[in-house]
Amino acid sequence: MATIELRDVHKSFGAQKVLEGLSFSVEQGQSLVLMGPSGSGKSVILKHLIGLLKPDHGEVEVMGKSVPELSGHELSLLRKDMGYLFQHSALLNWMSVFDNVALPLREGRDCAESEIRERVQKVLALVMLEGAELKLPEQLSGGMQKRVGLARALVTEPKVILYDEPEAGLDPEMSASISATIRRLQEELGTTSVTVTHSTSCAKTVGDLLAVFEKGRIIVSGPPAEVLASELPRVREFLGTPID
Amino acid sequence: MNIVERAGARLLAPMLSSAGYAVSIGLAAVARIPHLLRRRRSLFDQMHLSGVKTLHVVLFVNFFIGMILALQLGYELQRFGQQQAIGFAVSVAMVREMAPVMTAVLLAAAVSSAMAAELGTMKVQEEITALEVMSVDVASFLVVPRVFGLMFMAPLLTVLGSIIGILGGGIIATTQLGVDFHGYLLNATEALEDRWVWWLPVPKSLYAALIKSTVFGFTIAVVGCASGLQARHGARGVGDATRSAVRNSIILIIVLNFFLGKLIYTT
Repeated sequence: MATIELRDVHKSFGAQKVLEGLSFSVEQGQSLVLMGPSGSGKSVILKHLIGLLKPDHGEVEVMGKSVPELSGHELSLLRKDMGYLFQHSALLNWMSVFDNVALPLREGRDCAESEIRERVQKVLALVMLEGAELKLPEQLSGGMQKRVGLARALVTEPKVILYDEPEAGLDPEMSASISATIRRLQEELGTTSVTVTHSTSCAKTVGDLLAVFEKGRIIVSGPPAEVLASELPRVREFLGTPID
Repeated sequence: MNIVERAGARLLAPMLSSAGYAVSIGLAAVARIPHLLRRRRSLFDQMHLSGVKTLHVVLFVNFFIGMILALQLGYELQRFGQQQAIGFAVSVAMVREMAPVMTAVLLAAAVSSAMAAELGTMKVQEEITALEVMSVDVASFLVVPRVFGLMFMAPLLTVLGSIIGILGGGIIATTQLGVDFHGYLLNATEALEDRWVWWLPVPKSLYAALIKSTVFGFTIAVVGCASGLQARHGARGVGDATRSAVRNSIILIIVLNFFLGKLIYTT
């Protein structure tokens, strides 16, 4: 059974149709990358998966549970097995790096402080941020903030991670570094993930599968190399790169 | 729908929705009173922010309010040769009405607005969403320390505001009305010897001030948190949230002041 499955999902905001019969599935341990023009509803998909939005029609299943039908408590339990990297990191500005990363462990999980310390140190080492524990988010660069956000998403050892434009606002070098970190963690931890991005290099590095998405539907999907080489006119127009 | 119905629906629907949300935030905070011990660090932070950091403004304003009351009432009393009663008038006015209301208005302007701006910024920057995604109880984590921090500090600030206001009135009574300061203070304290019921050790006027300021503190904080948590549409939304927090807090202070005063002084 797929870890993530969307079947015929429709979503509108007022008169604007965002998702129109979207369907896809992601197997356990697989990494799906979603690409599409700005405003095409990529982040809306992630919000459906984490239960922040409910579809107007269709089914959204994560780890065998129908997300829209979960009660508040059940949703909270499901989210404990999920991680989410926000586009702008969404770190709490008044808290140190350590406290930001420790937050999901301190709130609603029965972890001893010694265990929290150990897990935070471990995950900060994974994202190469040892020594930054006491810094405030405003003292970090955009790339470092992103890595703190990544550490926070990973610290609970989630089974599913959702990445919302992990390379947004970063320079090419930092973007490549974040993508490589995500891929490395994917391989080491074996998590299932969905990544939303505009970057072809991120898609190539991170994804086992790539889906190009427009007007509420997937127009092409497959291994990243194949999709990026697709001759479909709309795909070429969107990617804006010549076929190798 | 005719134009009146449309206008009513446009105006009333958001107002009722906001009011309903604020009530739900207030109830959520009350339901989480047992979390106070776990949130004590944040609670003390909020008590410092809402109490200690506004103390100088509360003292300054109430000092001048006391002086204004003494000046205006004193000249009228002087016309009838009753300026010796100025202590009584200033004391009753400060403790029952002016200190609780003025302190609450200042807290609405300084603290409720700050809560709305802080939580509003967190909301538009997706920090609140991040907390929800991490299964963090937002009401417990953010609302409880703010609401109870202000609720605990408001009565304390009101008592200090009353004292400084009475002292301010005393300075005017002594320097402008020729009333002996010692006599003024005796007169002022006599005014507060009204007992509600025999077994309560504190004057009724002071109880009134404490009850009012506790209710005001709770209300102001709930309105500030609710406005902030409902913010949307970027910086402009944060501005709107801040404005509505101050406006709604002040309206509620005035309305609640009337009903609480009526309730306390007719029982």
